Amino acid sequence: MCAGCGACVMACREQNGLPETDASDLTAEQFTVIRTAAGRNGDVNYRRLCMHCEQPTCASVCPVGALHKTAAGPVVYDAAICLGCRYCVQACPFGVPKYEWTALAPRVRKCNFCAARLAQGKVNACAEACPYGATIAGDREALLKEARTRLAAEPGRYLPKIYGEHDAGGTSVLILASISFAAMGLPENLPSEPMPALTFRVLSKIPPLVAVGASVLTGLWWLTRRKEAVARAEAPLQAPEDAGVGPGVRR
Amino acid sequence: MKKVRSLFWRVVALAILAGGAYGTWVRFTQGLGAATHLSDHAPWGLWIGFDILCGVGLAAGGFAITTAVYILHLERLRPIVRPTILTAFLGYLLVVTALMFDLGRPWNIWRALIWWNPHSVMFEVAWCMMLYSTVLALEFSPVLFERLKWHGAVRIVRRAVVPLVGLGFLLSTLHQSSLGSLYLIMPTKLHPLWYSPILPVLFWFSAVSVGLAMVIFESGLSARAFGGALEFDLLQGIAKAMAVFLGLFLALRFLDLAWRGALPAAFRLSGRGSYEAGMFWLETALLALPILLVAMPRVRANPQALFACSAVVVGGFLVNRLNVATTGLDASSGVHYFPSWMEIAVTMSIVVVGMNLFRLAARYLPVFHDATHGQEPREAAYAES
Repeated sequence: MCAGCGACVMACREQNGLPETDASDLTAEQFTVIRTAAGRNGDVNYRRLCMHCEQPTCASVCPVGALHKTAAGPVVYDAAICLGCRYCVQACPFGVPKYEWTALAPRVRKCNFCAARLAQGKVNACAEACPYGATIAGDREALLKEARTRLAAEPGRYLPKIYGEHDAGGTSVLILASISFAAMGLPENLPSEPMPALTFRVLSKIPPLVAVGASVLTGLWWLTRRKEAVARAEAPLQAPEDAGVGPGVRR
Repeated sequence: MKKVRSLFWRVVALAILAGGAYGTWVRFTQGLGAATHLSDHAPWGLWIGFDILCGVGLAAGGFAITTAVYILHLERLRPIVRPTILTAFLGYLLVVTALMFDLGRPWNIWRALIWWNPHSVMFEVAWCMMLYSTVLALEFSPVLFERLKWHGAVRIVRRAVVPLVGLGFLLSTLHQSSLGSLYLIMPTKLHPLWYSPILPVLFWFSAVSVGLAMVIFESGLSARAFGGALEFDLLQGIAKAMAVFLGLFLALRFLDLAWRGALPAAFRLSGRGSYEAGMFWLETALLALPILLVAMPRVRANPQALFACSAVVVGGFLVNRLNVATTGLDASSGVHYFPSWMEIAVTMSIVVVGMNLFRLAARYLPVFHDATHGQEPREAAYAES
């Protein structure tokens, strides 16, 4: 449906006070971009923006929680508490967060789903600007329903997949396409389990690990000390002062 | 001849420090982008891959040796407790320094104390770093207190040393493994030769191996600098333990690769994936060779050969960590990251500063067993627990 007019990109630029740029990819100054890829019947336009995951990888990896998903859906960023570790940039499966590499107080930059507009009851600037209805906004359930209706109505037109329904645990941005999602730079091999589970599975083992570790260490300490004390008692004639166990231990 | 060589190294060190100073100036006046080859495609580079991942691993001798002595009562190892604690403490100080270069907003680092996100591995990393640095400072403090003749303070620390060492073991275990866990969230980005659900376990085993290698390596270095080498049978014991841990690491590594079906990727010797396969075998060869060497009695009997073995292990470890941090991410990132000269200069400067701090501490503080500065025999103080 996208004609590649760029109205969404311009609306985004205006909404977020971004400078004009001719970058062909998402950058720290461009939160959405229209690109083209070869399709079956000529070139196809597609748009990239933050997917606003249901359980965002970026928010889960941030050590201070500078990124978080609001109840309304947007994944937003607070530069004031950001350390600049760039784990979010490294970890995002969609390659969305971008960094201000030349700034002295650099920020992570990405689409914020027009969180401020949503709070005022308006729709996203890009969706409002789109003259072709290629981007529509609404409730996730309603959008999923709409997507299923479209897939059923014109099965030949789209690939039989709603990208974002389950990918990386589901996202707030859903995509229907006639070209492969990989060609759009969207990984097709993402688990349907939310990404944060991959690390939390390990992190949640820390408390029991510490408890077991501490007990084992205490046990080993006691055992080896006892072994030495026994060895010393059994060899009373040899070097009584030399066993290396000090007064602090004996108590 | 010796004078010429010493002058040569001094000039090299000064050149490195000059480059590092320039890199520092550019980093903090023009930003990360101007000083480094980092980009949105390669947001983590040499400073994370080498300074942090390798730096923390190289400090692992600290917790391995203190645990062996204070928890397992392996009294024979007592003479090397202080040098390894010194290494670990300096290592952590340098890691924190490097972090100040790498973080985009280093002045916000204290916020990790207040804004908690327990779902983040980086949060775990940050806390382990802070807590274990504190533990290391306390473990090292008696050396300083002795020098200052604060005998009361020495006694207080001595009383707490066993729990302190236990805490150090737990924190180190968490810290070393968490550096591997950082990559668990990138299953589609990190190459299958390195991405593994047991990355944290692999990181722990390789860290212990290299920690022990560093004990041998440094003992060799300080033998050259100060003359007094560690007792040789001690080094042999450590070399054997190192070989055991390396063996466990490699066994786990290959079992994991086979179980995940990733072994074929190691044999892609031409075309796409051959670069990764080559780096994998380089890493594996450097970590496997020392096991074979240490297994030979002729090698074990030769201090020079043991020193060389430990150097190979350190090399293999560095390749392993840099593979995880850069090689393994190249293909998915779409760019081939290679650090800028300023990144390299800053990193090398940090190493130079570290070596000189170690040299100064070894000279002026009662660190080595047979230090001859008219100090009291060190067993009298910290050594007894």
